[in-house]
Amino acid sequence: MSLLEVADLSASYGAVRVLHDVTLEVDEREIVVVLGANGAGKTTTLRAISGLVTAHGTLRLAGESLLGHHPENIARRGVSHVPQGHGTFAELTVDENLRLGAYRRRQRDAVAADLERWYTTFPRLASRRGQQAGTMSGGEQQMLAIARALMSRPRLLLLDEPSLGLAPIVTRELFDTLRQLNEELGVGMLLVEQNAALALQLAQRAYVLEAGVVVASGPADDLADDQEIRRAYLGI
Amino acid sequence: MDVDLFISQLLNGLSSGVIYASLALALVLIFRTTGILNFAQGEMALFSTYFTWWLTDLGLPVALAIAISVVASFVGGAFVERVIIRPFEKSSPLVIVIATLGLFLALNSLAQVIFGTDAKQLASVFPHTVWTVGGVRVSSQTVGLLGMLSVECLLLWLLFQRTRVGLALRAVASNPESCRLLGIRVGAMLMFGWGLAAALGAVAGAVVVPTTEALTAASMQGVLVFAFAAAALGGFDSPLGAVVGGLVVGVARALTIQYLAPLDNIELVMPFAIILGVLLVRPSGLFGTARVERV
Repeated sequence: MSLLEVADLSASYGAVRVLHDVTLEVDEREIVVVLGANGAGKTTTLRAISGLVTAHGTLRLAGESLLGHHPENIARRGVSHVPQGHGTFAELTVDENLRLGAYRRRQRDAVAADLERWYTTFPRLASRRGQQAGTMSGGEQQMLAIARALMSRPRLLLLDEPSLGLAPIVTRELFDTLRQLNEELGVGMLLVEQNAALALQLAQRAYVLEAGVVVASGPADDLADDQEIRRAYLGI
Repeated sequence: MDVDLFISQLLNGLSSGVIYASLALALVLIFRTTGILNFAQGEMALFSTYFTWWLTDLGLPVALAIAISVVASFVGGAFVERVIIRPFEKSSPLVIVIATLGLFLALNSLAQVIFGTDAKQLASVFPHTVWTVGGVRVSSQTVGLLGMLSVECLLLWLLFQRTRVGLALRAVASNPESCRLLGIRVGAMLMFGWGLAAALGAVAGAVVVPTTEALTAASMQGVLVFAFAAAALGGFDSPLGAVVGGLVVGVARALTIQYLAPLDNIELVMPFAIILGVLLVRPSGLFGTARVERV
């Protein structure tokens, strides 16, 4: 059974249909990337999965349907969505942001242990514990958003353009961290990216969205070698 | 200048400032979490105060009546959010403003229908004693009011800075969508915020009425205007600003009455002139934050 099963998913904003029968899967411990141009429906796909956008079709996490549930409940079931632009609480401190990630968890000791764990993984967050999140750089806030998402001990991590606005070197560092987290925690990841070259190196499998339709899918290595994909998304 | 007179007027001003500050705190609580200016805040407090009066009329001691009213108002405030405000969640801010104005009129009329239009008397919860300290007369009312505001501030600070629910309330104010993605029930938090504001209003109403002639349907309207002024002065997103703003407005008003008496009704203008001056220099208010954000 796959961790996330999306089949024939469609979604609309008012009268405009933005997703047409999207079908994709994420297996346990797998990293999957969704590529596509601006407006292809990548963000909407993630928002439909986390319940922020009303969708129709099939949507299951480990066999249980998520369709029609509020985002709060989907989050409680183990889907952690890092939205585009990281969605940190700008006025709150780094520490408060991380604690809010564990809002649903009641075991104080385990939460405190996780907090220390992520401070060790992300030392730059540790040195800014008491600082307002909004005063940090884009890369640091992206790290914070990911650490905050991990505080909930998710089964599936949704990442919406984590590289947006980051310098290439910071993006590379971030992707290394994601790979490491995936190996250590075994958390499944569904990643939406513009930076196709890097994303295809990170992911095991990939889907290509065009105008709300899945036009290509397969192992990331195969797509990285595909002439048409290279021309359209890698600019080669 | 007569220093004793000045100090006693200062104390007078602080007492009325406490009331503006309490209601301004309620306005700020709702504005911070929802971005809504609740024009019905005064009338919610009015309704609570009528309810308090009704309880005392049944024979309950004032302090107990206020306590019950505070709890009932918390529930009522949460109910108002869920039933009257939430349906307009996705509407334009203008629609929500109209909804709160509608609530203003509805609560005002409802209070008169239920409790009658005759003026009511509500006893003060504070004892009537006057001490003379070095020539200055200090009333136990003033001390009680300032003590009450301090306790309110302390409790709110503890709630927001030291509890899990307080942290979630601040998070909702900062980014509601991120809250939902973390499994925090935003709706429940908004109800909590409105409940808290209504409870603060109940306290403010119960202490303001004994300082005026009587409880009538118009009792809270003047207070609301000054509370809005206080919140604007302090910054609509700052609880500290609400308190300082309230006290400044109260003192400005009292001193103007004392020293500019020949100009009739000038005391109504003076606080607003000060506010205008402050806002010209600091548009987000004395303690309001111009948002710092890097993306």
